[in-house]
Amino acid sequence: MDRFISKLLLLAACSSTAILALIALFIFKEGVPIMAKCGLTHFLFGRVWAPLDGQFGIFPFIIGSLCVTFGSLFMGVPLGVSCAVYLAEFAPKKWVNVLKPAIELLAGIPSVVYGFLGVMWLAPIIRDHLGGPGLSILAASCVLAIMILPTIVGVSIDAINAIPKNYKEGSLALGATEWQTTWRVLLPAARSGIVAGVILGMGRAVGETMAVIMISGNATTIPHSILDSVRTLTANIAIEMGYAVGDHREALFATGIVLFFFIMILNTAALKFARRKF
Amino acid sequence: MSTTSAVCALVFVIGFVLAGGFSHISWGFLTEPILDMGREGGILPAIVGTLLMVMVAVGIAAPLGIASAIYLSEYTVEGKLTQAIRFGINCLAGVPSIIFGLFGFILFVVMLGFGWSILSGGLSLAAMILPTIIRTAEEALRSVPSSYRDVAASLGGTRWQVVTRSVLPYALPGILTGVILGIGRSIEETAVVIFTAGSAVQMPTSLFDSARTMSVHFYILAREGISNDNAYATAAVLICTILVINITAYSLMHRLMRGRKTA
Amino acid sequence: MKRILLLACAALLTLNMYACSRSSSRTITLAGSTAFQPFAEKLAEHYMQSNGSQRINVQGGGSAVGVQSALSGSAQIGMADLLKLPKEALVLDATVVARDGIAIVVNPANVVSDLTNEQARDVFSGKISNWKELGGADASIRVISREDGSGTRRSFDTLVMDDEKLAKNALFQNSNGTIREAVASDPDSIGYISISLVDKRVRSVSYNGVDANNGNVKKGSYKLARPIYFLTKKELSPDSKKFLDYVLSKEAQDTLEKEGLIAVK
Repeated sequence: MDRFISKLLLLAACSSTAILALIALFIFKEGVPIMAKCGLTHFLFGRVWAPLDGQFGIFPFIIGSLCVTFGSLFMGVPLGVSCAVYLAEFAPKKWVNVLKPAIELLAGIPSVVYGFLGVMWLAPIIRDHLGGPGLSILAASCVLAIMILPTIVGVSIDAINAIPKNYKEGSLALGATEWQTTWRVLLPAARSGIVAGVILGMGRAVGETMAVIMISGNATTIPHSILDSVRTLTANIAIEMGYAVGDHREALFATGIVLFFFIMILNTAALKFARRKF
Repeated sequence: MSTTSAVCALVFVIGFVLAGGFSHISWGFLTEPILDMGREGGILPAIVGTLLMVMVAVGIAAPLGIASAIYLSEYTVEGKLTQAIRFGINCLAGVPSIIFGLFGFILFVVMLGFGWSILSGGLSLAAMILPTIIRTAEEALRSVPSSYRDVAASLGGTRWQVVTRSVLPYALPGILTGVILGIGRSIEETAVVIFTAGSAVQMPTSLFDSARTMSVHFYILAREGISNDNAYATAAVLICTILVINITAYSLMHRLMRGRKTA
Repeated sequence: MKRILLLACAALLTLNMYACSRSSSRTITLAGSTAFQPFAEKLAEHYMQSNGSQRINVQGGGSAVGVQSALSGSAQIGMADLLKLPKEALVLDATVVARDGIAIVVNPANVVSDLTNEQARDVFSGKISNWKELGGADASIRVISREDGSGTRRSFDTLVMDDEKLAKNALFQNSNGTIREAVASDPDSIGYISISLVDKRVRSVSYNGVDANNGNVKKGSYKLARPIYFLTKKELSPDSKKFLDYVLSKEAQDTLEKEGLIAVK
């Protein structure tokens, strides 16, 4: 009986890999031909995206995705982790019972709401005080940071809470201050959980489409500052997929392939970083 | 430290104020069908569509995800197989929503013939939230001290009994966090839903009907500039729905934890 | 624990109820132009009030999606707001059901109030890059456009751009509403949206001296307008034909006029 259950669970576990394989199959099937036709380096590093002229260079979008993702992590991770630490260790219980659900509530607000509010409130503020079109990397990073905050905070809080009490008590007994305990004992111990949250958040940031379309301006050029407008890989696919045919459609699927590898590289790098600190 | 959380609090307050400040909701709004391109009437079909789609998505992803997490954490040691599975999960977590939308469209709407329907939407959403649930569930299971497992095993339980009676109850709050995150994600996802469930305004009468969710409704209202008031009202209803779901889930959790403490 | 099981059972039962009924096969699906989608929904709503058993679904996606879904059969009627239909659409029956004007809009704070054809083309292609060249403030012009697959965009390209390319640093939004928001909040921006969506937050510029309103479109003096096509396969089902006839009826056309479009009769 136990063997049977074990096999059943194995099947379940393989399901996600199976789904991934299916998705990969569809995307690679559609996208590989154009990459071969166009040449991989030309596709990845070409700076001109003009599908109606047969030009498929996605370099500006790669830069766009990178800038926006790292911008959001730069803002979101410190904020999220410190917020999680505060809520898990220092905040009075009453506040936590209100704030933690409140943070999880933020996760449910549609990305399109954030995008729209960003267009209405954030972009004008950026434009009036910092210059540029307002619809920019900065705006997109801010909005994405708020969007991935719940994931990072939620998972980090659980990770910190899961550390056995004796870690903390032992450290305090040895004379460390609360702050030292947190920084040197608890955070490293919770590291795998926190990194899991950050990876989930990063995946969310790279894959976000609707909000980014609304707020990043979608210009097809390489940005020169965080106040410039960009187009991300996901935005490009979403905007043009509805009507692309032939080579153009294949090129969009090829963009999907690039996104795939993007994620895989980011994930492996993050996991390596997580493991090395020991 | 407190300043950071104060900043966080400020963000949340802004979020809530903005959301609440846009309510032009009346009770009629919640119970009437969508009329006049969304300018009048209510959003009942969208509410029903949202609930159905989330039920399908979570109904599939939660058991599958928790089962996967149990397997990864309790039944195996780290090896080639688990690494492959984890790799799959991590990558799936990063697949952009637009690709889930395309995948769902090709597989469920066209190939399997479900058409633009709640079923197609729910299945695609399930694939999307699966990694979140697996990841958080696994973390929760791993955090259970090994003493729990050892004691149960030493009392002669099979692996499955050890898991269900000792480990799972302890890990339940963490698992629930993952499920809640998954629910939140399904409710607010727009791109996937538009591609797979379409955006019909009528009340869905079957899982094979096209329907729109509240976030799709908001998107269409706001995007085409039809009615900003109704758009924000929809957003407010959406947030309240999530609030209700979260509160229910949390009270369940508290009850479970209280039960556990006395055990 | 029992409560959770109860809840789960209730949820499963509800799902069962829904799963066991298949949607009626008398559904008509329309797909395509996002600009016309809300109007189509309104017409469908009226139609279904008097034809209860008929179910009509309206999806969006853009005019190009309208063409493709009509061709592939995933929609019975494809909606396209294009000036010129692409050649693959020539095998379909195209019926004009309404006309819609395109207004070039700027922020209300902008003093520029008229653009000639050449000026508009130069602004959108980037040749004129500062408002002072047109008599406005000394600020660089920010061009906001629709995406490639939009009927509004393609019509604009044909009518105004005359095959000139859009400015390299143009921003893109994928709907009329968001272009309107963007232009309403940015004093240096310029964009284009349906005339029916112009409200007090943006100002439409007159084109070649002609104000952008439906009256002038009907008179023919305002040139920026495009037809809205319903694309159907030659073998049209009787249900779809009935709906098509309804859309062309006086009652439906009056509704469209009231909402800001232009009737075809």
